[in-house]
Amino acid sequence: MPVDAKTVRRIAHLARIAVADEEVADLQTELNAMLAFVEQLSEVNVEGVEPMTSVTPMALKQREDKVTDGGIADDILRNAPAREDHYFLVPKVVE
Amino acid sequence: MSDLTDLTLVQARDGLHGRSFSATELTQAHLSAIERARELNAFVSETPDQARAMAKAADERLGTGQARPLEGLPLGIKDLFATRDLRTTACSHMLENFVPTYESSVTANLWRDGAVLLGKLNNDEFAMGSSNETSIFGPVISPWRRRGSNTPLVPGGSSGGSAAAVAAMLCVGAVGTDTGGSIRQPAAFNGIVGIKPTYGRCSRWGIVAYASSLDQAGPFARTVRDAAVLLTSMAGHDPKDSTSIDLPVPNYEAAIGNSIKGMRIGIPKEYRLKGLAADVEQLWQHGAQWLRAAGAEPVEVSLPHTKYALPAYYIVAPAEASSNLARYDGVRYGLRVPGRDVIDMYQRTRAEGFGREVRRRIMIGTYVLSAGYYDAYYVRAQKVRTLIKQDFEDCFAHGINAILTPATPSAAFGIGEKGAGDPVEMYLNDVFTVTVNMAGLPGISVPGGLSAEGLPLGLQLIGRPFDEETLFSLAHVIEDAAGRFAPAKWW
Repeated sequence: MPVDAKTVRRIAHLARIAVADEEVADLQTELNAMLAFVEQLSEVNVEGVEPMTSVTPMALKQREDKVTDGGIADDILRNAPAREDHYFLVPKVVE
Repeated sequence: MSDLTDLTLVQARDGLHGRSFSATELTQAHLSAIERARELNAFVSETPDQARAMAKAADERLGTGQARPLEGLPLGIKDLFATRDLRTTACSHMLENFVPTYESSVTANLWRDGAVLLGKLNNDEFAMGSSNETSIFGPVISPWRRRGSNTPLVPGGSSGGSAAAVAAMLCVGAVGTDTGGSIRQPAAFNGIVGIKPTYGRCSRWGIVAYASSLDQAGPFARTVRDAAVLLTSMAGHDPKDSTSIDLPVPNYEAAIGNSIKGMRIGIPKEYRLKGLAADVEQLWQHGAQWLRAAGAEPVEVSLPHTKYALPAYYIVAPAEASSNLARYDGVRYGLRVPGRDVIDMYQRTRAEGFGREVRRRIMIGTYVLSAGYYDAYYVRAQKVRTLIKQDFEDCFAHGINAILTPATPSAAFGIGEKGAGDPVEMYLNDVFTVTVNMAGLPGISVPGGLSAEGLPLGLQLIGRPFDEETLFSLAHVIEDAAGRFAPAKWW
């Protein structure tokens, strides 16, 4: 199932990656090379096979539902590109 | 004093305990070696002040008989492990100025045991690559060269800096991560030992995530025993990683020298690829002979879904990457490129922050997870993954103790030689290693000999889940038979 230029733009939008017009053709070629490579999976009989959900069989750990961490707002904001007090700053999203 | 860098980790440990030299002298020797080897571009951050302070503390402990298992041993850390107050970049423009406020669990374990941090090591951007050529800091140059040639070679990847630094004797050992072969392939290319433990053996907490169901941390070292010592410290249960296993950590060093008599070693016929290089094929046969001579029994086995592992990997890994890397949005940390509005900011940030290979993998992952394609690609790949794992389980159920394969289909190649036009050409490097990640098994790469051009070639041993000990015992037999390999110093 090769992708066309329109699909490349759609994927780029879904992935939130800006793609310039002149990049589309190369990306299309590369993505199609990868898709052609994975195409061979269609010859495998997977009838009745369970998809893997856990590589090592283990029960997901549970713990008491209580706060174990917190009070580290300064740490969390330390690498923020833009902040004010204990808030991350972003461009206006609501008019 | 520079000959202190020739010591293996265990020799250095013994020397420190015998007071033949101090941790400060050992660390200084390595810091000087790092300075002289900048041409290799193995380190992306050097931390000499921190190293000297840690060495000084180690000397105090050694002096009062309170030495811990790795006391005073200088290590390098792949720049994918978060190190507190020390820039951690994943070798990406996206994280170029990221300074964690926390320490990864694996590195915390190393410092708990007394190790000394020399600096952070180069890798492929976000661990996506097999040659260390996708790093924002530029490629690592292998300390190895082809016989009679000056052509710069790749050290392999993605943990290329880790492997090159250990082979060039810039540190006594190093830590890397392996998602599809990123420890075992560079270890093989550099003539050293590297082990990817069973999924769950080492905590993934604090490691920059690539593909969470495949990523595992592991050590690089110049001997099998050294690697065993490092893994013993790195491994262990961590409540902060829900996939970390709550099993006791054996003393892996104790497995070195254990008899392998009567062990059944699977030789998978599907790994005998058409056009496999003659020297690789010959090495594989030597490996089987060495194990037979030590009393093991090589038997042909079948892993019928082998050829589907790499294509399935190139669905599963990018899918997980597209999800994991969604966090890099220019809001909470990392690069921000301003835009017209918030969506434009995301898109510009991610276009500029991620390199070409990373963008490519995020996009393919986004595609295979998108509406209408999820079942055809992602679910099918996860079903194939189940079949790949069953292949191994069938072998082990028939009494196979471990599986022997080549580590890579060829020796190291030149910088810029592969993958320029077709990304798949580069991906084929991992054809022998990627099956192991897909099945969550442990795999060790151990040097076996030199190629026709004088470059190292590695053998891979694949074990049962959580049976790293058998791998260390077997790898040690190979090491004893094959000898050790070091590059001629040119830098």
